[in-house]
Amino acid sequence: MPLLEIQDLVYEPPAQGTARILDGLSLSVEAGEVHALLGANGTGKSTLAYLIMGCEGYRPASGNILFEGSALDTLPIHERARLGITMAWQEPVRFEGISVNDYLTFRNKDADTTELLELVGLNPALYGSRMVDRALSGGERKRIELASILVLRPKLAILDEPDSGIDMLSTKDIINVIAAFKQGGSAVLLITHREEIAMIADRSSQLCNGRVICSGDPAKVAEHYKARHCMTCNGVECHYV
Amino acid sequence: MSELEELTACFGNAGGDVRALGDAEFAHLAASGHRILSSRTVEGLVVDAREILDGISATVTVKAGVKLKNPVHMCFGVLHKEGTQRIEMDVRLEEGSSAHFIAHCIFPKAEKVRHIMDATVAIGEGAEMRYSETHYHGLSGGVEVMPKAVVTIGRGGRYFTDFTLTTGRVGKLDLDYTVEAGEDAVTEMVARVFGHGTDDIHIRDRVMLAGKNARGLIKSRVAIEDDAHAEVTGITEGNAAGARGHVDCMEIVKDRAVARAIPIVQVNDPGAKVTHEAAIGSVDKRQMETLMAHGLLPEEAVDIIVKGMLR
Repeated sequence: MPLLEIQDLVYEPPAQGTARILDGLSLSVEAGEVHALLGANGTGKSTLAYLIMGCEGYRPASGNILFEGSALDTLPIHERARLGITMAWQEPVRFEGISVNDYLTFRNKDADTTELLELVGLNPALYGSRMVDRALSGGERKRIELASILVLRPKLAILDEPDSGIDMLSTKDIINVIAAFKQGGSAVLLITHREEIAMIADRSSQLCNGRVICSGDPAKVAEHYKARHCMTCNGVECHYV
Repeated sequence: MSELEELTACFGNAGGDVRALGDAEFAHLAASGHRILSSRTVEGLVVDAREILDGISATVTVKAGVKLKNPVHMCFGVLHKEGTQRIEMDVRLEEGSSAHFIAHCIFPKAEKVRHIMDATVAIGEGAEMRYSETHYHGLSGGVEVMPKAVVTIGRGGRYFTDFTLTTGRVGKLDLDYTVEAGEDAVTEMVARVFGHGTDDIHIRDRVMLAGKNARGLIKSRVAIEDDAHAEVTGITEGNAAGARGHVDCMEIVKDRAVARAIPIVQVNDPGAKVTHEAAIGSVDKRQMETLMAHGLLPEEAVDIIVKGMLR
């Protein structure tokens, strides 16, 4: 049984007359697997992440999201988190008055924050007492978010474009973080639009027009993505690129 | 237990540094109601305090060039259920001096207590003053707090103040600070208040950036719940070339509480620039979702966000 199984998922935004963002998407992630989800902007990658996590306003029109064989249905975010699903947002929010050390230890008071910060490439002596607020750069905030997900030792970590942004993480940084997740036994759904990042996964899927159009060996999927050819577009250049 | 011992115990329980009250290296002034219970000064600091009918009146001077090594502790309070305490303060920081004043205002049993502060503060050229005022109230809500201050900052001077009332019921708060900043002067005013029950909160901070290149920041953080009411007015005037000001107000509202923010920004010189931001509403959805994705319950997430904002 896959850890996560998504069956024929359809998502339509609440506003009437808006096109489907996900249109019959199916995907599975095995326990301990790193699965890259590759796709251009607007193909529904982040929407899928919000649906799996159960964010407000994100409920499937049809289809199923199964975690360890059970439907997540209307479970709120914190209950999904307690099942072992968590997520690092593409643009993590800031918090006033919460130090980095506190942020990393909400759910695990004994966590080694020094090790966590070093893993994401931050100097613990400089960052532990800083606030998780607007004084951090986008890249610093993303690294802290990744550390805060790592400490949870989730069964499934959804990483929404850890490589995007002005102060982006390098491929080497991301490889280190992914290795730490794997070492802790976590599966990772790695959302990205960069094929070189997807190459570090065990398996990869390409999204186009709200569906998975290509899945399997990361090198082959990356090649397909790189060529900008899309099966549903019948071999012509993908209309989403 | 003497009144001083009782006040000292409350001061300690409220997080105050009791050791500082007994240490000759630290200046202090402790008053309960209209009685001065204890005071000490240090070299370069002149304090002339006297009892008046319903409080105390004090003139505080930091002599020119003196930089006080340790903070000056001020411990005010009314330990009875009823009473009035008026604090009249005339504070002068002479040229090139610096000092940090830490005031603890303690009203643990208040049912019908008024605490009135009227302060005038003059900060000389190149001088720096930090003033932190923290209140500790009981749970009855029977306190009326009215701190008023008029502050002038000379050329290159600096004034930083933070007001915190997050423990116990606020009661009624009417805070009114006005700061006039001269050339190259800097001021930052921060207020943090947590209102419950029927607490009534009024905060009015005004900064006049009168001198060239003066800088000002007004920052308010208010959380209210139950039937509490809050109105926060932040006024900044840019009256000289190069002046820069910002008003930043955030209020989190729960239950039936009502909040209002009134940022007023005015520029009277084309070389000045003043900005503002205000956010009022329930706890930020994305912040909630982020913490809940870490496995925190919704009520735990709200608690962390509110406490963080008020820290």
